[in-house]
Amino acid sequence: MSKFPVDKIRNFCIIAHIDHGKSTLADRLLEMTGAIAKTEKNKQVLDKLQVERERGITVKAQTASLFYSHDGQEYLLNLIDTPGHVDFSYEVSRSLSACQGVLLIIDANQGIQAQTVANFYLAFEAQLAIIPVINKIDLKNADPERVESQIEKVFDIPCEECIRVRDGGNMLTVSPCVSPRAPGGSVDDPFKALVFDSNFDHYRGVVANIAVIGGRVKKGDKIVSAHLSKTYEVNELGLLRPEEHATQKLFAGQVGYIIAGMKDVKEAQIGDTLYRHDHPVQALPGFKPAKAMVFAGMYPMDQSEYPALRSAIERLTLNDSSVTVQRDSSLALGAGWRLGFLGLLHMEVFNQRLEQEYNASVIVTSPTVPYKAILSSPKLIKSRRGVQRSMVYIDEQRVMLKYLFPLNEIVVDFYDLLKSMSSGYASFDYENTDYQAADLIRMDILLNGRPVEELTTIVHRERAYSMGKAMCERLKESIPRQMFEIAIQAAIGSKVIARETVKAFRKNVLAKCYGGDITRKMKLLKRQAEGKKKMRRVGNVDVPKDAFISVLKRKEK
Amino acid sequence: MITYMFRKASRGFSPGLRRFSDLKVTEHVPESPASPRLTEQASLYVHWPYCLRRCTYCNFNKYIPKENNEDIMAKCLQRETETLLQLSQVSCITSVFFGGGTPSLAHPSTIAKILETVSKQVNLSDEAEVTLEVNPTPVGMSKLKDYHHVGVNRFSIGVQSLQDKDLKSLGRDHNSLDALQTLAEARKLCPGGVSVDIMFGRPNQTTELWSRELSEMLRVCDDHVSLYQLTLERGTQLFKQVQSGQVTMPTEEIIAEMYQCARTTLQQHGFQQYEVSNFAKNNSESRHNLSYWTGRQYIGVGPGAHGRFVPLGEGGVAREARTQTLEPDVWIREVRQRGHGTRRRIQLGHLELLEEVLVMGMRMTTGINHKHWEMFSPELSLLEIFGGSLVVQELLQSGQLILDDRGLRCSWEGLALLDSMLPVLLVELDRSFSQKLAAN
Repeated sequence: MSKFPVDKIRNFCIIAHIDHGKSTLADRLLEMTGAIAKTEKNKQVLDKLQVERERGITVKAQTASLFYSHDGQEYLLNLIDTPGHVDFSYEVSRSLSACQGVLLIIDANQGIQAQTVANFYLAFEAQLAIIPVINKIDLKNADPERVESQIEKVFDIPCEECIRVRDGGNMLTVSPCVSPRAPGGSVDDPFKALVFDSNFDHYRGVVANIAVIGGRVKKGDKIVSAHLSKTYEVNELGLLRPEEHATQKLFAGQVGYIIAGMKDVKEAQIGDTLYRHDHPVQALPGFKPAKAMVFAGMYPMDQSEYPALRSAIERLTLNDSSVTVQRDSSLALGAGWRLGFLGLLHMEVFNQRLEQEYNASVIVTSPTVPYKAILSSPKLIKSRRGVQRSMVYIDEQRVMLKYLFPLNEIVVDFYDLLKSMSSGYASFDYENTDYQAADLIRMDILLNGRPVEELTTIVHRERAYSMGKAMCERLKESIPRQMFEIAIQAAIGSKVIARETVKAFRKNVLAKCYGGDITRKMKLLKRQAEGKKKMRRVGNVDVPKDAFISVLKRKEK
Repeated sequence: MITYMFRKASRGFSPGLRRFSDLKVTEHVPESPASPRLTEQASLYVHWPYCLRRCTYCNFNKYIPKENNEDIMAKCLQRETETLLQLSQVSCITSVFFGGGTPSLAHPSTIAKILETVSKQVNLSDEAEVTLEVNPTPVGMSKLKDYHHVGVNRFSIGVQSLQDKDLKSLGRDHNSLDALQTLAEARKLCPGGVSVDIMFGRPNQTTELWSRELSEMLRVCDDHVSLYQLTLERGTQLFKQVQSGQVTMPTEEIIAEMYQCARTTLQQHGFQQYEVSNFAKNNSESRHNLSYWTGRQYIGVGPGAHGRFVPLGEGGVAREARTQTLEPDVWIREVRQRGHGTRRRIQLGHLELLEEVLVMGMRMTTGINHKHWEMFSPELSLLEIFGGSLVVQELLQSGQLILDDRGLRCSWEGLALLDSMLPVLLVELDRSFSQKLAAN
């Protein structure tokens, strides 16, 4: 590996708006440089995750090192594939920090889209060299000239610097990737590396993806994590081609992986700096923690599965540090977590990975947006009976009730509606603004007059009726009939705003029961008995756990 | 041991079977707390699987007969009876019930042969109740005399309805006149020993119509009535008809009304309800069925028959739930090969047995009395199990359940909602049982 001096190394990313063809181009590059054999089957090779392949999207950025000959020189190209969805801009920004150049892919028909711009600015701010690649020029309605002039206008990049490519990228010449800057740093500097990603391998421990900023590292070296000040010994290291390719050493400018006996997922923090134990260095500037936009409660199906779910979440969040995790508990569902995600897709993908990779079955409760609530002073509470202001998350003594208007509306289906209303032309990006005060009220659910604590919610006054009605309906469907009538009510204070009724049984006894097969009847009765044991009693009403779940869980799309 | 010949003769002297008036309903066989009492006796159920047609509501194990199967079936029934009697090691059969299918399709000599097989091996008392289910067609009617002659002393007639239109749509192969005539003939042969089956909750039935039909029935029936709610079973023709909208069933409300109305009417006519669906006057309760509800052993013979007994003959010590092979052809083969066609046998643990005793016992209006429970559960009394539970307290207070010095039973209202209460009772039984187990 030493035959690759730093100036013969290029680290670059491919960034683009969703579906503009990043992953396909990545495949072609790998084929062309011989990293993978040229076959039909190389569709989205870098998309290792099952969920990625199923959905046809890239979730986790993967890395591959390619060897390339140009003008008689051999170069080492490190390619980092990135997600295009608006939810994953954080993954993109982390990948960019390890690069010096980007290929900005733009669909020749669609032209510049929201993520194209967002990603451009990310790269621009990181001062990377940017090469626009106009993709799928051979498809119907492609208009590369129009796109090139768009690029010139919006990004101020001259048309000559653009590359045109057919769908599937057969004409992509790699040489332009060679001209941008080489990474800085020299092999003679003290060893310094940035951790920009990591995986947990069941047998080998934590595998960290690093970009070597300076110096060199070899097997057996003792390295230190700046964040934890812990020392490790390098067990294995190498390149990603895209599979792991073990080597003896890694040099400045290279991107690869390292295994150093880290057992715990928390030991390889994204953004951490690694250095040799006898040569401490200035730590690289850390990353901004991503701000969660969408929250969901996650609970195990049964409390006995809590430890398994906890470790699954821990492992998954190691590989995705943009997920915020907070322990939480629900009266109905027991101990669980409140997780924060960058967006709905982020959350859905997370769930899917939980189920597929860790076999975890999870109850996901409705997303809540962060509220800050004020508890008025005790005197005020007494003089103001009726509409109570309640808090959802208490932080300090004084809790302020606030409201995030657009976000609450957006988290469910705003994006979808926008897309359908604008026939797909509109694209969308968002940012967290400030907190604003709003009219929120507490809504109770009553069964035969008794409140069910677990189902008390905070809603916006305008939504109270529809929400209350929906909750009552779901409850009516999931509470089994009993020997008396059950009145299900949604109430604000003492005012009932919605009501459903579960009729009483007037006759409930099997007509014939003898000599023949009583086994079937016994099984049914015993199953009902088991069910009864698990029910929660509210007054004289038996409520099964499923009823809580059906009310609290996210509505299916 | 009394042979069937002798029995036949004695039948002539005591026309019909009169129950002794001083015998109480739940104590037809003298009790004793010792458990061998339970394993010394059993009732016998014999399944005749053939029918000429299938009624639209039926999901029982029944088949259209092939040519000449009568003989083979008869022989196999005898053989299996022999084998299982031997296996159970009972010394006495307390009652025999021929069910099906349509047992009244079988030849009276078949019935005779089976009874003879029983008498040869064990004590089959003169007073033992021998019931045959009868389909009230002219053919069935003509055979009643012979059935009686060979030892049947109780007829259970499947009248179902007195409305010809309904009989037709239910797929029955007789009309109401046939039924009335059969009923009359049966009463002549076995006065006080005839039961009728009637069905309510039929498609397009109203409470009014039901009430009238019931009154008509009460004018002509004997001393015992079985009242069944028509239940929709998956896979039946009726089920499909309801699903496709061809046929509408009465609403739940109406069905509940019909049931209550029937109970009241029957009571007014001197019938005492002794079980969820069974009503009797003049002590004509079905002793065979009572033995099921009081948790006694029973031996099931024939395709698809069910049994509950301890296989002492193999050294067994626990009661087993046994099922015979369903399909007649396969069953015949198995009986020929090894003497019986038992497909499944599952041992009942102590708790499971108690659960069955509880569930079955509560169906009787007299419920479970303390002595009876003690026979099965000497270590845990009813009061210990149910006395302390809050949920049971609620049921006692609301008047659905009664727990007193006689025992545990449903009230008049509670009986109609029994299946809502049973899960609660089972939970308490399980709890007490586990606690007792842990304490020991």
